[in-house]
Amino acid sequence: MSAPARPARSVSPARRRAQRVVARAPWWLAVLALAVGGLLWVYPFIWMVSASLKSSVEIFGAGLSLVPETPVWENYSRAWGDAGFGVYMLNTVVVTVATVVIVVVRCALCGYVLGRYRFRGSRLVMGVLVATLFVPTGYTIIPIVKLSLELGLLNSLAGMTLALSGSANVASILIYAGYFRQLPKELEEAAVVDGAGFLRVFFKIMLPLSMPVTATVALLTFLFTWNAFFLPLVFSFSRPELRTLSVGMQAFVGENATDWSGMAAAGVISIVPIVALFLFLQRYFVDGIAGAVKS
Amino acid sequence: MTSSTAPAPTLDAPPPGPTPPENPRRRAPRSQTAWIWVFLLPTVVLYGMYTLWPIAASYWYSLEEWNGFTSEGRFVGLSNYRAVIADPGFWSSLRITLVFMLVVAPARVLLSLVLAIVLNSPRLPLRGLFRTVYFLPVVTTTAIVGVVMQFIFDPGAGPVNSALRFFGVSEGIDFLGSSDTALYTAAGIYTWKFFGITMIYWLAALQTIPEEVSEAAKIDGANALQNLRHITLPMLFPFLLIISVLTVEDCFRAFDLMQTMTGGGPFFSTEVIEIYIYRYAFAATVPQLGFASAAAVLFGLVVLVVAALQAWGLVVGRRKRAALR
Repeated sequence: MSAPARPARSVSPARRRAQRVVARAPWWLAVLALAVGGLLWVYPFIWMVSASLKSSVEIFGAGLSLVPETPVWENYSRAWGDAGFGVYMLNTVVVTVATVVIVVVRCALCGYVLGRYRFRGSRLVMGVLVATLFVPTGYTIIPIVKLSLELGLLNSLAGMTLALSGSANVASILIYAGYFRQLPKELEEAAVVDGAGFLRVFFKIMLPLSMPVTATVALLTFLFTWNAFFLPLVFSFSRPELRTLSVGMQAFVGENATDWSGMAAAGVISIVPIVALFLFLQRYFVDGIAGAVKS
Repeated sequence: MTSSTAPAPTLDAPPPGPTPPENPRRRAPRSQTAWIWVFLLPTVVLYGMYTLWPIAASYWYSLEEWNGFTSEGRFVGLSNYRAVIADPGFWSSLRITLVFMLVVAPARVLLSLVLAIVLNSPRLPLRGLFRTVYFLPVVTTTAIVGVVMQFIFDPGAGPVNSALRFFGVSEGIDFLGSSDTALYTAAGIYTWKFFGITMIYWLAALQTIPEEVSEAAKIDGANALQNLRHITLPMLFPFLLIISVLTVEDCFRAFDLMQTMTGGGPFFSTEVIEIYIYRYAFAATVPQLGFASAAAVLFGLVVLVVAALQAWGLVVGRRKRAALR
């Protein structure tokens, strides 16, 4: 992928080589600039990893060295145990996985019928979804809390999960709808001739075909939920043991303002899973985001 | 993965009666209509509860004096709106929200275009790696980044100021702790954080330009700059609007970063509207939920107006292009 095209022209070899060097020089300059920029770009994360292995004394010495004198692994056990990030991690995993399952199921079902059928009210449903595409959480948060309180769902992981899976997933529905719409109709016609009903067509034909979309939706939802902050914050106000990683981080700093290395270790613990997932499944992330422009 | 979890108990029943074989995109027959609504049910319930109902209920709550989630509200008419409009804090937070958006959105849209054009060139070595690197901040948890940034920009031991002192540039700037610089520092960090999303938008747009076009231009003797100016940029122009729309809307969601990084301070200088609402609804000793709801409704209207303006821009742009053809 990175090999640049080599022009082959009939000039003397030495001259050709010189030309090639000149022609390629701007690209290598660009690489240099991008590499330096890229290092600065991810510097905050490098700093975080470095600080998580330093002692407090070393951090406040304010040296610029990123390599700790001796790695202090104890920072991690302090963050995981005393600061509660083990529990927060569990909460985050539970809430995220449950939300991903609910969102994938409901968006696949909804996107399927919206993309493939015209029925009384289909344009209304679609219109309402699109019209509310950009509703910010700050706008809906008060009624969500009030509703959850009355249903007895506030201060619980179940309530947090429902709230997270009930808001802001219009894009996923649209991705599914767009995908199902462009599938050729012969696909289900053959099955219907063979006597397959509505459900069989969906589960046996359509859903398996939509696996790439499902992967994208699941990943983007995972990312969104893992990183969510506003809803988990208000759902764990009176029960600190329900905090997710993002909420726990803020609370940790509020209580231990001087424990920089513990803070950094907690940050690494929180961010590593999502970054690892991204690095392994990058293509799906990128496809999902790019889909917004293409459609 | 979904097929094992998808069917609710009611869905396990066999489909009622044979389904007539016909074009599914035509109007659905009665037996299908039932299934269609069964499929829509989870979304109708969840989306109704957590998005549509809140939108409607905010209007009602905004007409009440209501001091705490467990207490009852009292209808007070429009007085909350009067109070919000009379509050300089509201206008200040509205101004901050818009300034923030006006700094972040153009920076993200234009700078990421430059980077996307460079990264899209097939002759650039290591471009896959660079894409990953410049996209990386997007996937990290904003609330965690916000906390970490407090330390990165710390005036004392933070690495940015350590570097500034090391190079003798300055004796330490309190980037996030001074009301002159906090908003712009936050805007810079937000730009950095979500830069990758806009970059991916542009890369997707660049993929739509057929290679033959620029090849043909090259054969006709166009150099890289001419190619960029007369071919690439004009062909990207239709995408500018939609990418701007998506990026601008994104700028209204800065709560996570602001709350964890500055909490709206110092002296409310980074208090975007979402934090203003949060402060009255959740952070006050006596929550003023009616007042906060009124602010939320006004905020929703601002977002709506901006979205409507942009939608209008999209339609006008499309018409103009259609007329040109």
